[in-house]
Amino acid sequence: MSSLDTVERATQSPDDEQPYAELGLKADEYARIKGILGRRPTTAELAMYSVMWSEHCSYKSSKVHLRRFGDLPRSEALLVGIGENAGVVDVGDGYAVTFKVESHNHPSYVEPYQGAATGVGGIVRDILTMGARPVAVMDSLRFGRADAPDTARVLPGVVAGVGGYGNCLGLPNIGGELLFDDCYAGNPLVNALCVGVMRHEDVHLAKAEGVGNKVILFGARTGGDGIGGVSVLASETFDETGPAKRPSVQVGDPFTEKLLIEACLELFAADLVTGIQDLGGAGLSCATSELASAGTGGMHVDLERVPLRDSTLTPAEILMSESQERMCAIVEPDKVDAFLAVCRKWDVLAAVIGEVTDGDRLTVDWHGERIVDVPPRTVAHEGPVYERPMARPADLDALQADDPARLPRPATPEELQAHWLAVVASPDGADKTWVTEQYDRYVRGNTVLAQPEDAGVVRIDEESSRGIALSLDGNARFARLDPYTGAQLNLAEAYRNVAVSGATPLAVTNCLNFGSPENPEVMWQFAEAVRGLADGCRELGLPVTGGNVSLYNQTGDVAINPTPVIGVLGVHQDVRRRVPSGWRTAGETVLLLGTTREELGGSAWASVVHGHLGGRPPALDLAAEKALGELLAALAREGQVTSAHDLADGGLAQALAESALRHGLGARLTLDGDPFVALFSESVARAVVTTTDPEAVRASAEWAGVQVTELGTTGGDALVVESLPELPLAELRAAWTATLPALFGSPEAATGQAAGAVPAGTVPTS
Amino acid sequence: MRIGVITFPGSLDDVDAARAVRLAGGESVALWHGDHDLKDVDAVVLPGGFSYGDYLRAGAIAARSPLMQDVVAAAKGGLPVLGICNGFQVLCESGLLPGALHRNAHLHFRNRDQQLRIERADTAWTESYEQGQTIVVPVKNGEGRYVAAPADLERLEGEGRVAVRYVGRNPNGSLNDIAGVTSENGRVVGLMPHPEHAVEDLTGPSTDGLGFFTSVLKAVVAA
Repeated sequence: MSSLDTVERATQSPDDEQPYAELGLKADEYARIKGILGRRPTTAELAMYSVMWSEHCSYKSSKVHLRRFGDLPRSEALLVGIGENAGVVDVGDGYAVTFKVESHNHPSYVEPYQGAATGVGGIVRDILTMGARPVAVMDSLRFGRADAPDTARVLPGVVAGVGGYGNCLGLPNIGGELLFDDCYAGNPLVNALCVGVMRHEDVHLAKAEGVGNKVILFGARTGGDGIGGVSVLASETFDETGPAKRPSVQVGDPFTEKLLIEACLELFAADLVTGIQDLGGAGLSCATSELASAGTGGMHVDLERVPLRDSTLTPAEILMSESQERMCAIVEPDKVDAFLAVCRKWDVLAAVIGEVTDGDRLTVDWHGERIVDVPPRTVAHEGPVYERPMARPADLDALQADDPARLPRPATPEELQAHWLAVVASPDGADKTWVTEQYDRYVRGNTVLAQPEDAGVVRIDEESSRGIALSLDGNARFARLDPYTGAQLNLAEAYRNVAVSGATPLAVTNCLNFGSPENPEVMWQFAEAVRGLADGCRELGLPVTGGNVSLYNQTGDVAINPTPVIGVLGVHQDVRRRVPSGWRTAGETVLLLGTTREELGGSAWASVVHGHLGGRPPALDLAAEKALGELLAALAREGQVTSAHDLADGGLAQALAESALRHGLGARLTLDGDPFVALFSESVARAVVTTTDPEAVRASAEWAGVQVTELGTTGGDALVVESLPELPLAELRAAWTATLPALFGSPEAATGQAAGAVPAGTVPTS
Repeated sequence: MRIGVITFPGSLDDVDAARAVRLAGGESVALWHGDHDLKDVDAVVLPGGFSYGDYLRAGAIAARSPLMQDVVAAAKGGLPVLGICNGFQVLCESGLLPGALHRNAHLHFRNRDQQLRIERADTAWTESYEQGQTIVVPVKNGEGRYVAAPADLERLEGEGRVAVRYVGRNPNGSLNDIAGVTSENGRVVGLMPHPEHAVEDLTGPSTDGLGFFTSVLKAVVAA
């Protein structure tokens, strides 16, 4: 192939023009590549550097801020920290848990089904790569206004994609979020979390060590999907007889990923792998350079050995392809046969494509001609780092001064009740069954709690009943009003959600969704959120085990509200002691734990009833969160409460409705002080519990320093609040459950309709 | 009592089926789709999942796997066989049970806790129940709508071969609310709902599903 741009040719033609700008590289970045190589890069090298130095892969704008997480005090629970595919936490009894949340926002807007599906697939491979068996997934979703036409295009496809992929992999979906706001209209957020479990000794790392060890690529064939920017190279290289331009969104095959999971776990168990890396963003470019960079540095790859789906792909395209369901392993030569046998058993395609070499160069040949010769660290770990300018948003003072105190409040008990129903029936507050019915929550038989519970709880050992709890939370209204406090409030909410289940919070992951880092105001929001999260974690004594940054989330020039989605992992010594959120038995005492202040800034009430966002978010009190968390864990351990539900968006109004509707049991209640404030304030560090032994709870709470307010007694088929009209559960349920089916179609009503109603891209599922 | 659980590529609920067998008091034996080896088991469970990714048609490729040839032959000789969800689809595709499972009428995957009525309490897999008993177990599928030709449906109903029926809301548009059917001799049963997900109070909506697995232990002793 005479047009092949080899290292030799690059040396001989130093002045050839290259489309670095079209590939997203700045002039100084291109100059730096030339400086590193001492010549112009080959086409293949340019492709590698351009994807690896992209914001998505290099974190070049966020890196300087994310260092704060690494500066947190070393946690004894942390077995593997930031920098690997996912952090690993010791959960006791020799078990280790790895968990991480990652965004797939932009692909999900372009092609909702496949964008969301491959988001799940990617995070599952990250967890698998650590040596763990993936055991559950969660999804945190945000869309534009619920009644916007484009939301009806994007949401059904995203939900079907999350479900289609996770269901087919056999991973229970144990919870998440579904929220709506105008700011996500042209930029939905699709964040997926996966959690995996292993024994301590099974932790695997992504590094290529041992000269002579083989590099094996296994899983799906490599095709032309997911090649976005590289199309400028393709158009240079090919005339119109070449392959068609392909969509830049990858297409997922969960069946292949399921086989890959089982094959990998068998390979790990047989000790056939010395290093492993999944192929995600930037494909082989990323996997080879990261493995080599984290190892001893040398690796050689014969690129023509990569099994292809499309034989017309160029070497640069093969290096950049983001075809899904692929993994790359480093294997000792005498274990290669056994490795390939395991792959054959699971019908997984595998090919030896190279080996670990002496020295510190990553070299790639194409049919014997050298097309890449680079120091891998410069590709993977020593990319550009920017200290971007920051500026406090110009509108922030005005926004914070616009206190919700000026908003008209309900004047009559009837109006107050109407506001209550409005919050509960709003798209954010409404029943999420329309979504969660599309997810398998039972598979593997270890799901103890799942949505609509505050946290997902999974048993990890059937003998000891040891288990874990997880919650994902990201209130973007609070973060818009004050990103430093907002990030901490999200941390506090996830912490509280894990605590109400009875678990002890242990570690934190995060997915930081923001606008363009080139906008100083966005960069300031980002830096403040990171600073807040780091400070919050320090105070709570929790390590950040890893995370993901998604920038450039905006429609036109308008950035999304800063959306730091925080995940907290907790541990249950005995999941049989877990505490659910619903009321089951009449005659139990309903208690409010924690202190209520008049705090309505950024509240669901202000948003739903008045379309208002302004003022200050609720005051943070991490000491109170800690005290509440310890109290809830003690109450669960001692079996002193029959239910516990955290108070967050929508305050007590939302929590009472959800606890009552869970099993259709009402209560007779008296509210302390102004019923409006009692119902809608979003003060932190609060939970509602039910108990048969209120004195025991009071005693424990006093010891923990948590205020207790008696609200009333469970029973009946209505929420009967003193001085308010009775609220029949039937009416409440009708309002709460009608919202999403009315917006996105009732499956029952669709019965018998033509197949034309299938969301675009939906594939048949069973 | 040895109860085999087959793993096909893409099987997902095999671990759940094995757990249900153990909790019922049986010994679960892992069977591999590619082996011609039933390992002398006394009964076989075809678990739920997405064998071969549901490619071609749900259950179609698994029905042609080497081990299924042995299962079909053994079932004709009276071996009790239970197909759950994807396993039910495999049984229909392999000809052991009549009818087919189509895409849900509403086109969504649906996971919910479902009321069922036991219509036949005299099969190898349902004799722990009372005739007409109502139970609650999870249903979760995207292609669970049971269909059969009108004449076949009439014959099935006439012969009393509907083993389990949906009560209340029909989750997928199945004809005659059919959730599961049985072979003429009552040894082979297929159903879309998942009794293996209702065997522990901690993780299931009930323990109503355990009866399928205790039934077969009794049936095997009796035989």
